[in-house]
Amino acid sequence: MDADMTDQTSTETNAVASKTGPAGLVGASTEPGSKKSDPIIVADKITRTFGGLTAVDVDHVEIQRGAITALIGPNGAGKTTFFNLLTGFDQPNTGSWSLEGKSLKGVAPYKVARLGMVRTFQLTKVLAKLTVIENMRLGATGQKGERFWAAPFKFLWGKQEDEVTKKADDLLARFLLDKKREDFAGSLSGGQRKLLEMARALMVDPEVVMLDEPMAGVNPALKQSLLGHVKSLRDEGRTVLFVEHDMDMVRDISDWVIVMAQGKIVAEGTADSVMADQRVIDAYLGAHHDTDLSELDEEVLEAEVEAELEGDIVQEEDSK
Amino acid sequence: MDILDILRAALQQALGPQAIVFALAAIGLNIHFGYTGLLNFGQAGFVAVGAYGLAVSVVTFGAPFWLGITMAIVAPLVLAVILGVPTLRLRADYLAIVTIAAAEVLRFVFGSVEMKDTFGGSNGLNGYAGPFQDANPYSSGIDLGFISFGRNDLWSLTVGWVLVALCCLLVWALMRSPWGRVLRSIREDEDAVRSLGKNVFAYKMQALALGGVIGGLGGMFLALKQASVVPSDYSTLMTFYAFAALLLGGAGRVMGPVIGSVLFWFLIAGLGSFFSQSAGKGGWIPTVIMTDTQASVIRYIMLGLAIMLLMIFRPQGIIGDRREIAIDGR
Repeated sequence: MDADMTDQTSTETNAVASKTGPAGLVGASTEPGSKKSDPIIVADKITRTFGGLTAVDVDHVEIQRGAITALIGPNGAGKTTFFNLLTGFDQPNTGSWSLEGKSLKGVAPYKVARLGMVRTFQLTKVLAKLTVIENMRLGATGQKGERFWAAPFKFLWGKQEDEVTKKADDLLARFLLDKKREDFAGSLSGGQRKLLEMARALMVDPEVVMLDEPMAGVNPALKQSLLGHVKSLRDEGRTVLFVEHDMDMVRDISDWVIVMAQGKIVAEGTADSVMADQRVIDAYLGAHHDTDLSELDEEVLEAEVEAELEGDIVQEEDSK
Repeated sequence: MDILDILRAALQQALGPQAIVFALAAIGLNIHFGYTGLLNFGQAGFVAVGAYGLAVSVVTFGAPFWLGITMAIVAPLVLAVILGVPTLRLRADYLAIVTIAAAEVLRFVFGSVEMKDTFGGSNGLNGYAGPFQDANPYSSGIDLGFISFGRNDLWSLTVGWVLVALCCLLVWALMRSPWGRVLRSIREDEDAVRSLGKNVFAYKMQALALGGVIGGLGGMFLALKQASVVPSDYSTLMTFYAFAALLLGGAGRVMGPVIGSVLFWFLIAGLGSFFSQSAGKGGWIPTVIMTDTQASVIRYIMLGLAIMLLMIFRPQGIIGDRREIAIDGR
């Protein structure tokens, strides 16, 4: 499997020293479903069908610990469904998957979160009629005051609440939301909601952070700071898996890219190698993805639409 | 027309036992609907189970009075578990369907001829409230000049309002805690709460049980006050009156259901007195427009109208905060 390493010019000698994190990905095979040196999530033979449609059909995938992995693919490729399956919000028809070697099959979503895998949602789920700070406090785990019998007695949980609040304030400051502290979350803009959701997920102290389109609807300036936040998650030793259509972001921060199309994983590799892959260009990116001219946007879009249509036709033929 | 008389009738009712029963039922609904977003349309069932829990254990099974009181708390708890286990995993609408059906089933079972030996049929049960009446420390009633209550009423009202106050205190203490925060978050978005590692089902069950038990206390109080339980008291009308009181006062506020219930009965009695004075013999409304019998029901039309206007112009209720109302008609 080390055979196709020859074209990876960026191989550096010092990077081989560590197995964990992005360094451990150097030398990993770029075949779909390749082995990683230190996988935190391993999934096998996952399928999920909705009626006659096979939304997800993943044979094998490993996610490297401590690295940022991007999941890309055309609309309807099954990325979000795959997210739902991994986090327990949906159950697959077949297959097994594990977090740090512990099987997650049939485990309820709240237990998955407690095990350290926390997700955000494509359509943000902020708690509109709670204030921003209350949204954040909710995220903290192991709160004594969340138990019914302890709840009426403030002296049992007051001190912990102060600690939770301090942690929440620190995170809010990091995500530039501290001015919105007392506002209702429902009054935030779309981009601010994305920020709040990510910050709230961090209150759980997750081992793995799963972000479903964190950049959708976020303005360029905010995007830059979000990129910084995601990178700092990796620097803290957390694993990040995200779904994203913004290829600039994917190129900028991801250590590894997994490409899905029609429910299957069709390619893997570093951002550069994946974007040079003809199959990926055909299925997803379109021929002009590298040209940074806005007038070409339409063509890119057209190509995407065409690719999708072709995909649909193939699927229809398959089902016949 | 005697305005003082109207006010007197209204106040008497607003502070009376009816207001207490509906305040307790609405406090329970507030936990269900106002804080957790559970649509319980069968609160009358919880109230009934509280009342019958006391009456049946004392009258039918000859249990001591204190055990009857315990059963008035345990029975709604059991009902909550039975209703909650199959429905709380489903969408909110299903709970609404199941609870309204369950409340009606209970009422028919309590009133059925076949179960007459246990539940007393449509005549209900009585003869269990002796220890409550014996415990009355007052030697006479109270006359405030404007309104007056008899000796027995004074005792029930004391117990009832203390009960309401204790429940409000409990709700206040719970809802300022992280536990209450989880409930309010579930009202907003269950999946978000799940994704943060909270066992949503367990919290919903706790909320359903707590609200049910407080509703059951309302039933227990009604049973003690009336010294008899009759199935026809616990119709769906009771649930909807409780909802009306809750929305009137403001859902998701500790004092909302209490203020709502007091106001609800103030309006019902006040309007009733107003129209009965105005129509018929000696009234200023000619009988061509309104007869005596019509005057006794027109207040419900007025009340319905008032609630419609409230929902349109002040959906958060009297003391609610518009930014965090549980329901938004628009």
